[in-house]
This record gives sequence, structure tokens and C-alpha cells, in this order.
Amino acid sequence: MAMLSGAQILIESLVREGAEAVFGYPGGVTLPIYDVLYSHPLRHVLVRHEQNAAFAAQGYARATGKAGVCMATSGPGATNLTTGLVDALMDSIPVVAITGQVPQALIGRDAFQEADTFGISRSATKHNYLVKDISELSQTVHEAFHIAVSGRPGPVLVDVTKDVLLSKADYSDEQAMMPLRGYRLADEPDADAVERAVEFLWRAERPYIYAGGGVISSSASAELVRFSELLEAPLAHTVMGLGAMPTGHPNFISMLGMHGSYAANMGVTECDALIGLGVRFDDRVTGRLDKFAPGAKVLHVDIDPAEINKNRRADLGLVGDAKPVLRLLNERLSETRATLGRERREARLAWMEHVREMKRDHPYVYEESTDEIKPQALMRKLDQISGGEAIVTVDVGQHQMWAAQHLRFNHPRLWQSSSGLGSMGFGLPAAMGAKFACPDKTVIAIVGDGGFMMSLPELGTIAANQLPVKVIVMNNNTLGMVRQWQQLFYGKRYSEVDVASFPDAALLAAAFGIAGGSVADPADLDEALAHAFDEPGPYLLNVQVTPEECVYPMVPAGGAVDEMILQPEPEAAEAVAGD
Amino acid sequence: MQQLISLLVENKPGALMRVAGVLTSRGYNIESLTVAKTIDPTLSIMTIVAEVGDDGRDLLIKQISRLVNVIKAVDLTDSRAVRRELVLIKIYVEEARRAALLTEAEIFRARVVDASPEAYTVEATGSPDKLNALIALLRSYGPIEMVRSGAMAMARAKQNKLPVPSYTEAALSEG
Repeated sequence: MAMLSGAQILIESLVREGAEAVFGYPGGVTLPIYDVLYSHPLRHVLVRHEQNAAFAAQGYARATGKAGVCMATSGPGATNLTTGLVDALMDSIPVVAITGQVPQALIGRDAFQEADTFGISRSATKHNYLVKDISELSQTVHEAFHIAVSGRPGPVLVDVTKDVLLSKADYSDEQAMMPLRGYRLADEPDADAVERAVEFLWRAERPYIYAGGGVISSSASAELVRFSELLEAPLAHTVMGLGAMPTGHPNFISMLGMHGSYAANMGVTECDALIGLGVRFDDRVTGRLDKFAPGAKVLHVDIDPAEINKNRRADLGLVGDAKPVLRLLNERLSETRATLGRERREARLAWMEHVREMKRDHPYVYEESTDEIKPQALMRKLDQISGGEAIVTVDVGQHQMWAAQHLRFNHPRLWQSSSGLGSMGFGLPAAMGAKFACPDKTVIAIVGDGGFMMSLPELGTIAANQLPVKVIVMNNNTLGMVRQWQQLFYGKRYSEVDVASFPDAALLAAAFGIAGGSVADPADLDEALAHAFDEPGPYLLNVQVTPEECVYPMVPAGGAVDEMILQPEPEAAEAVAGD
Repeated sequence: MQQLISLLVENKPGALMRVAGVLTSRGYNIESLTVAKTIDPTLSIMTIVAEVGDDGRDLLIKQISRLVNVIKAVDLTDSRAVRRELVLIKIYVEEARRAALLTEAEIFRARVVDASPEAYTVEATGSPDKLNALIALLRSYGPIEMVRSGAMAMARAKQNKLPVPSYTEAALSEG
């Protein structure tokens, strides 16, 4: 046992829990922590805004499955973290946030840089703590990591008062786990439930698997692929699920939902058994709920009991972690294969063929152009470069959907998207976190010109650390997705979506001391991309794309998924061209 | 309709805020909320009455159960749980009517806990309905002031759901 300061105990506790990097920004009350970090081997990455510390921690977490760690000072530091924490909560990403708090004697007295971080972060986190006693600090950090990564993962915030950071106590790195009496993890489903599920699965003639982020959190990709193969059932992913089944697998259809593929949305509409795995029947997936999979019985597997029957009533709910649940199901499915009579098997093979045919006949289409770079064509080029192997982070909007449609992912944890909260400015800092986690992987941040400007200061972090992240700005000089809605649903009254006056990318990059450039002519795109990816360090590439392109298919908000708009109406296209 | 929820929670800072937050973030109005320690001082029991739509009831219980500080949450709305509430009522009653007031209060087993030349203060416990009747009655004696505790509820012996069923069982029985 050694006497350590609270700040030392905090850092030692982070190391003990396996933290490899902390994304943070110092301030008044966290000075004691930064004094420890000055001579400590734990890596601290100085970001340029606390929101990006939370996003970078997510980038690390999404790439590895381990908890990402971010740190901020009291008051504005803590409030700046909030968006990144809510984002992690929505997408179930494990993050541990450490914030400093003013000394206890000043709490509640409107002290300088005081904010009610504990109160503010309550609804932004899975759980949060305010540490006012040094004897609880080490244990609290332990609990925070445990809660962040276990069960349904999520962000946990630990707010520590400055007097705790400065006081001293004994520290030993062996911590007894205090029972968290109210924190229960899902058991494995019992054998009866598994049998009912197996019966359900064999009874179907048109089964359809709808798999999401829960499969990735659970590292259940192999089990998922096997499950789909045993059932000979088509599989669609949510935005969060992309990569859980390799894009090239013959059973994979595509993404479903608002901008999902024709085959994925028609498939879910026509199926008679819908198997939801680690999904939450989000409104962007289901569209009009009563028209979603209208003829299907539903088997819903999720680790969070509160998800079962939340949006869509499940005929059978299995609460549990996707990996063990799929293992149990696969085991029983392979033993009971004979249950599937020849007639039903033939019906199922016909169904599978029908879905594959829809996929063949209705790929994501766009008009080719030699005058301007089509955003979809850019995504195709990036896909060729990635070959399904690069980590791709995105912001939110049109580029996000085109990337989801056109890029392949051969593995889970390659695709990072702020999917639930939909936070612009996510992609670039997430790419930083991913690059720290996986230095050997190619990391591409595909961002829009709107979101890029929200995360712009992080070029400083990228430059300072010479992080070889490739930042590809899909620049249409407009807030494209908002514009798309205004075009389609607000009579083309384009209100406040013009974000022209984008900086010269080469000059901007040079101002930060990194390489960069712009490209607008389709004939130059290959060379510009080759240049960006050949550069050993970071690169900022601004790609001018067709300004008035809409993402299709599109299910209008609140519409039924089988009533998607497949392509622009000729009249609308003309009007756009004449603008 | 009004939902009656009974909760076993860890007696920790923020536990009340977390539970109340699940309700308020959904726009549910909390009619009453009582909380106090149990025999085990590290645990508290909360009773909440809130206006919740029928289709939101199960989800609310599950979302409250999911909180790290909540050990158990049960919906007692449709049960025959024992419900009691305490009320203190100060009645500005003229001297001539005090004897009558005492007689009537006796019907409700209400008792006087403070008396002054201006007013009597009576205390009563009972079901919320009974207390409503008492309040209506006492108002006929003069102006009143009152404080109500909000409902406390306890499941009857055979309804007690301890030990807590595992999540798996709970979800399957509903699925």
C-alpha cells in the first residue's frame, strides 16, 4: 500500500482498468490530474474541443469494443462532453468520462466553472457518479468501467471534486468488486425458450434476419453468419449493424430502413418471420410501424429487456447477449434440421432466391456523369480503395447514407456512424480515436462540408500527432440532407442550407501543417485519391460533388417502408437542373 | 390512468433523481412520490403515483428497472396492494362547532394533534379516497390548510414478488 493523491489514484485506476489512451482537455480543477500525467506513461491525447474528446473516445471504443476514456474539466468542459455522451448512450458504446468538479466547499455556491455535471449528465449516461470521498475513488472507477462495457454498453461519467484529487489516501491496485445490487446482467435464456425459438424458426416459410449493433457489441459475427446459413435466410443490417455480416456474403441483402435498399425493404415487408437481433425497431428502420413487416411474426433477441415490446410487439422475446443466444440457437438448429420438411425447405429456397433477385434487379442506382463528381461515384472509389478492410467513420447526412449504401465491410468494427443521435461533427474525431486504437489500419473519415466545419479544430490534433487519417470531405456546398427534405417535402424552399464559402482545402491543411487538396473534375478524382492515400501522413481532400443530388431510395418519414421513393421524379429533376 | 409503482432502490445520492428522470423525460406528471429508508439503511423504498398511458406502463417499469441503483420495481396498479396516506389538516373553526367537528373526525379516526384559539390541526391516515372524504367534510367547518404525504403502498403477502425474477423469465412471460 502506498499513499497517493486522488489524482494519482485516478490515473492508476484508469491504467488498472486497461485504459491505453485518454482523450482530454485540461482546465482549472483538473490541474492535479494533468500534473500527474506530465510524468506518467499513460497516453493523453490533447483534443481541441471536449465534444471531440468524447467522440474520439467513441472512435476508440467502436474500433476495439473496449471502453474509450475521455476527460474534461468542470463547467464548460463537462457540458461540452454532453453531446458525445448522449451519442454513446444512443448507440450503446462503452465510454468512461472523467470530469473535474469544483472543491466540495464551493459546490452550490456558483463557483467559477461550476456546473451541476452530475445532474446534467444523468440523462446523458448509462450511469454516473459524483466522488466526494477519496476512499471511494478507486472503486468508483472500477465500477464505471464494469458498467460501461457490460450488459448493454454505454457511457459512464465520474465527476471528481478537486479536493478529492488533492487529498491523499492508501492505494492498492487490488480492488474488491462491491456488489452492484441493482445492476443485473441478462442470464442465458432457458432451454424452453430456446426450443420455442427453434420451433418458431423452422415454422417460417419466409424468414428474414434484421441484425443491428447488438451483434457487434457482442462480438457475435461468426455466430450470426452461421445462423443465417443454417436458416438459409436473407439478412439485412441496420446502420449500426453494418459489417457484422460481411457485405459480400450471399445471404446479405443490404441496409434496411429510410435509405435502405429496395430488396431489404421489400423483403422485410413480405417476410412471414422477422428475426430481430440486437436491434431496437428504430423509427428510421421501421417507418410507419403498423406497416412494418405487416404479415410477420417477430422473434426479438436483445440484451436489454426494455427493448422487447418497446416499439414492435414481439411474438417471442429472448433476453440475452447475442453471442451466447445465437450459439444456443445454432446448436439446436443444426440438431433439428430435419424438422424442416421438404416442402417448406423448397418454399424457403424460393423465398431466398426471390430476395436475391430483388437485390440483383434493384441495386443502388445513380446517374453517371463526366462533368461532375457524383457523390455515389466517390463512395464507389473509396470502396475500391478500402476493399472492405478500412475503418470508415462518417458524419451525419447524405454522405453517411451513400457511404452506408456503397461501401463494403468485410469485418465488424470497421464502420463508425453516429446512428441513433445523428451528431454532425462525429466522423473526424471518431477517426482519430480509431487510428489510436488501430494504428495499422487505414482510417478514412468521410464527412460532409457541414459536419467538417463542426469538427475543423481537430485538424490541429491530427497535425500535432501526425495521425495518418484520411479526411475526405464530400462537398456539395449545402447541408444536403436538410436540403433534400426541403426539396421533397417543403416545396423547394431552401431555407438556410447554403454553406458555401468553404475554405481552400490545400491552404487550410497547409495552415495546420498537413497535406491537402481539392478535386472537382471527375477525370482527376482517381489521381487525387491516389495522392491522398499515398501520402504517408494525414491528408485532407475536398471533393466537390454534384450539389443537388438526393439519396434514394427514400422512405418518407412516417411512411411505410414498401412505399419508398426509388428515384427522382422527372419533373423534380428538371426543376433542380434549372435552378 | 394513474399508475402505482413500488420500488426498492439503493439509498445513494442521485437515486431519486434517476427514477424521477425516467418519468419526467417522458412527460409523465408525478402525482406523488414518497421515499424512506428500509430496515436495511442502505436501501430505500419509493412509492410513486403517476399519470401514465396504458401502453406505456410495462415499458416504464422496465426502463426504471434498468437503472443501476434500482433493485426492484413492481407495478401495483392492478393489485390489491395496501395503500395508505397521511394528511395533516388545520381547520379554522369557531369554538361553537368544535365539539361537532371532533365527533365527525372520530368517524374517520382522525385525531387532534394541535389546538389553538384559532384552529385545530387533525391528523388522519387512510386510503386516499377516505382522506378525500374527510377533507370534504372538514371544509364545511371553515377554511382549512392541509399537507398530504402522498400514497405509500405495500403489496399483500402473497403478491410479494421477491425474490426478483430474472430478466429472462420476466421478458418471456410477457413475450
